[in-house]
Amino acid sequence: MPKLLPPESHPTLMISMREISKTFPGVVANDRIDLDIYRAEIHALLGENGAGKSTLMKILYGFYRADSGRIFLDGQSLSIQSPHDARLAQIGMVFQDFTLIPAFSVAENIALFLPDLGAVLDIKDVNLRIEQLSARYNLKVNPHAMVSELSIGEQQKVEILKLLLSDARLLILDEPTRVLAPHEVDALFQVLDGLRKDGLAIILITHKINEVMECSDRITVLRRGRVVGTVPQPDASESMLVEMMFEKKLSDVEVSRSVIRKGALQPLLKLHGVYTRSEGLGVNLVDIDLEVCPGEIVGVAGVSGNGQKELGDVVLGMIKCLKGTKNLFGKGVTHHSIQRMRKSGISYIPENPLTMAAAPFMTVLENMAVTKTWRYARQGGLRMDWQAVMTDIENTMKRMGFSLPWYVPARSLSGGNLQRMIIVRELTHDPRLIIASYLTRGLDVQSTIAAHSALIQARENGAGVLLISESLEELFKLSDRLIVLYAGRIVGRFRPKETDSYEIGHLMTGTKVQHDTKS
Amino acid sequence: MTQSPDARNRSSFIAEKLMHFLVRYGLMIVIAFLFFGLILLISGEDPIQSYRDIFTSTLGSSYGFSEVVVAMSPMLLTALAVALPSRLGLINVGVEGQLYMGACFSTWGALAFSNSPSWILLPLMIVLGMIGGALWAFIPGYLRALGLVNETITTLLLNSVAPMIVSFFVFGFWHSPMDTNKTPNFSPSARLPKFFDTRIDLSLVIGLALLVLFWFLMRYTRWGLEMRAIGGNPLAARRNGIPVKTYLIAVMCIGGAIAGLAGMTQVSGYYGVLLVNFSRGIGYMGFLISWLAGGSPLGILLTSFVISIIFSGGNLLQLTRDLPYAVINVLLAFTLFVVLARPSFLINRKEA
Amino acid sequence: MTLLSVLGVLSSAIFSGTSLLYTTLGEIIDQRSGIVNLGLEGVMLVSASSGFAVTAITDNPYLGVLVSILAGALMNMILGFLVISRRANQLASGLALMFFGFGLSAWIGRSYVGAKINGLPRISLPGLSNLPVLYSSLFNFDLLIYLVIPAAILVWWLLFHTRWGLGLRAVGENADTAYASGRNPLRIRYQALFVGGLLVGLGAAHLSIAYTMNWTEYMTAGRGFIAVALVIFSKWNPLRAIVGALLFSGAVAFQLLLQSSGIQISPFLLDTIPYILTILVLIAWGGTPKHSAPASLGRVYQGTE
Repeated sequence: MPKLLPPESHPTLMISMREISKTFPGVVANDRIDLDIYRAEIHALLGENGAGKSTLMKILYGFYRADSGRIFLDGQSLSIQSPHDARLAQIGMVFQDFTLIPAFSVAENIALFLPDLGAVLDIKDVNLRIEQLSARYNLKVNPHAMVSELSIGEQQKVEILKLLLSDARLLILDEPTRVLAPHEVDALFQVLDGLRKDGLAIILITHKINEVMECSDRITVLRRGRVVGTVPQPDASESMLVEMMFEKKLSDVEVSRSVIRKGALQPLLKLHGVYTRSEGLGVNLVDIDLEVCPGEIVGVAGVSGNGQKELGDVVLGMIKCLKGTKNLFGKGVTHHSIQRMRKSGISYIPENPLTMAAAPFMTVLENMAVTKTWRYARQGGLRMDWQAVMTDIENTMKRMGFSLPWYVPARSLSGGNLQRMIIVRELTHDPRLIIASYLTRGLDVQSTIAAHSALIQARENGAGVLLISESLEELFKLSDRLIVLYAGRIVGRFRPKETDSYEIGHLMTGTKVQHDTKS
Repeated sequence: MTQSPDARNRSSFIAEKLMHFLVRYGLMIVIAFLFFGLILLISGEDPIQSYRDIFTSTLGSSYGFSEVVVAMSPMLLTALAVALPSRLGLINVGVEGQLYMGACFSTWGALAFSNSPSWILLPLMIVLGMIGGALWAFIPGYLRALGLVNETITTLLLNSVAPMIVSFFVFGFWHSPMDTNKTPNFSPSARLPKFFDTRIDLSLVIGLALLVLFWFLMRYTRWGLEMRAIGGNPLAARRNGIPVKTYLIAVMCIGGAIAGLAGMTQVSGYYGVLLVNFSRGIGYMGFLISWLAGGSPLGILLTSFVISIIFSGGNLLQLTRDLPYAVINVLLAFTLFVVLARPSFLINRKEA
Repeated sequence: MTLLSVLGVLSSAIFSGTSLLYTTLGEIIDQRSGIVNLGLEGVMLVSASSGFAVTAITDNPYLGVLVSILAGALMNMILGFLVISRRANQLASGLALMFFGFGLSAWIGRSYVGAKINGLPRISLPGLSNLPVLYSSLFNFDLLIYLVIPAAILVWWLLFHTRWGLGLRAVGENADTAYASGRNPLRIRYQALFVGGLLVGLGAAHLSIAYTMNWTEYMTAGRGFIAVALVIFSKWNPLRAIVGALLFSGAVAFQLLLQSSGIQISPFLLDTIPYILTILVLIAWGGTPKHSAPASLGRVYQGTE
């Protein structure tokens, strides 16, 4: 390993990270990353999901420990083993899912983290300090309000106030704008600007290029765990950043496809003007119009967390339509139960097989049967025909070249096998509509090909597919049509031939809106 | 089903687990007996002689053994009333209340139709008892399925209400001319049949049959499969198309019905009258047994048996050692404490 | 119905409400730190019997109260060991503690059934001494009655106006956040159980040493469970618990009044009112976060690896 030299001294250099590497089982999250943070700057960390941004920052905050590499504060080597160490070094972080206590007032939440809190609470003093600070940075919140009554934007202000009052000099914000309304985003940027003027350093994790251009001083782009480059904001342009974020070239592998059936057929699935409301930090879908026809794969592009999960759930019936209608095979199914939807031939491969699809303590065989219990029940339900389950499942497995043990609990499977289990289950019995989210997550190359060709075969047989993915390569390869989701809205509709990854990338990162999205 | 290598491994795995289970719990009970021995010593008793007497008085004679079985019968039912909903992740602390409501409903049947022959009256009382318990469990089940109130809190609150309703009927309408705190003795046709000149009654058969049924339900049927799917991951179960809300309400009601059945067998079999405050914690004991047994039918049987031995031993302490009957609760509690605390030297590394 | 009978009922409501309120305050502290103590009944019984026994032996009621309090705290420490250190299920551990209390109290109190003691001395209110004896004797209260409202205010102040209370409530809401703020959730939960046990002991002491002044097996007769209901009814707030305790024991008093005036309503149905009211209140709140229990109530804190 090369000897690490302390970084050059510079009057305003605050934190230097050198050669930081971190490996999780199967993934290199950070690969020898260097990063310098100066005082009084807003530094954007830009990259796709899984580029390694959050991991790097969690290392800096002591949440994870790096496998190798060093961190310097003011030129001095610094060991950060826990968030406690980070806080002593005046580093603070606001996580994506906030850590505020909803049942506490704003003042109590902040008091909990004050280093100099007296034995008897002087809430007036805390309120005063909150008010002074919030006046200074325009972070207006009512200290008496319960956190549960605050909007997400206000909660974020409280998180920032909490860090400032506990004397943080470097603030790390993990995708702070993910759940904010546009006017709240503007307000946040003004706050950050004020903090910068007072000499604080801010690291902003994001994938939204327009925001980066708007508020940051310097931009570091990560891709696949490596630094692609750091550019000062005046030198950067949107298209340059898109190019840095995404792979230069898309593979040209054409999947042989039969003639795309024309839209003369009645659509399998039709969403019209669908709105949803989610709890907590979920995304609300806004005015979704969507059709999936028989024999067609509709790809859904977007950075994850922009409404993909909600889209799948609303089609299945897990989330209620607040407004709008849902049609399946030409019949209104807006309020049908999930069981009815599944019985009429919908399959769902959700984004996380372990938490959203599998019963972890049941065996693989049992998991294979739970979505179709009516089909395998014998003698009115007194007995399950496991032989029939095995026969059906084995057919699918043979077709796809997968093999799985029958009698082990699902929990003990590897991530890839778990994904295979769900794929096999959901593709058995010739579903007529398949919702597949992140189909190939955790799969090796061979299984990926098998899963892809299974989807294509289902399409050949006349099924409709809604393919939600974060891999543009996969989407371009498989989709007959593409839509782009951003912040819960459909912001673009294309035929893959009519567009390219740059245009999609712009839409995914909110730097551009296609205006004729009402197809 | 074909006999695969997996299945064969499974049976030897189960045998090994059972052995381990017995050794572990045997040791835990020994520890509890050591603790309670201290209490006996302080009371001026010879602990070894006391334990020997408890043992001979319960397992040493056929009468003693039959009394153990008598004490065990209602516990099988109350434990089952907890174990079944627990497979869905429902925490039914309300067996005590459901038991009282079952006893109350079936007593109404026994008093109102006391002239009917037993082949009509007993089934009627059983059905009434189950309805009573089910109604009492429906309230928490429904509120939980709507997502309004946690079932732990409501079942607990309703526990305090049910005995008062029993008292209301007994004191107000049903009491016998002699005593105000109990009903007249039931007519012979309202009594569960007893076996072999002992106090063991039909409730033992009902309890054992339901345990077997429970095992069969969970292991072989479609509903057992769906219930286990819900218990393992409720959100995934919903996405997989299982009607979770319906299950929550129905299973809670069935649990209540079993608890109500336990109440019915107590008044019809054991007491033969409805007595105010008759239960003295059998429902809570059911919760503990089910929890200790991990909800498994065989575990429920074993645990109930051990606890019944301890309880029956309490009579001996009262009669010959001049200690209050309730003191036996200390031995019981020590056993529970030791099991709950899972002393680290008794735990498999893998498990911990 | 005479004024005297009304006052008599009121006086007995105050006596029975006092021990209920102390117990409820103790359980509020336990639950605010995230621990449900279902064994209250057992804790009270052991406290009441041991305090009574000591009073009978030493003839000093204050010593008896002291022993009661410590017994309550010790009983809670057993629960603490099981649910905090050994991470056992809280409901099962609480019920086990209840059965332990049934047995241990019967054992402690076995020689004192029917014993006579000098209870806590009564101190008459200054202004009332020139009333007829018949009246003033009704309002001769002992020290613990005078202290119960201040105790509720003190607990409220501790929970909501001190750093300790803030940390305690934070542990009950989200132990991970409390840990992140540099606190030790395990230690805080032990402290909460200890202080809560002291208060439950005080309630039990008042029951056996000041109110009934005798010992019978299972003398608490469900007061522990009433206290658990009362905690929910008062939304985990000590000040609301004062109102709740008045309401609950007032319901008892009310039915005594009705009986004495010859109105035919079963006292047992009236007894159910507080519980049904609590359930209705819970339904009305409908699980909104503002009214709900401490968020990590009943959850085992696993700690960080």
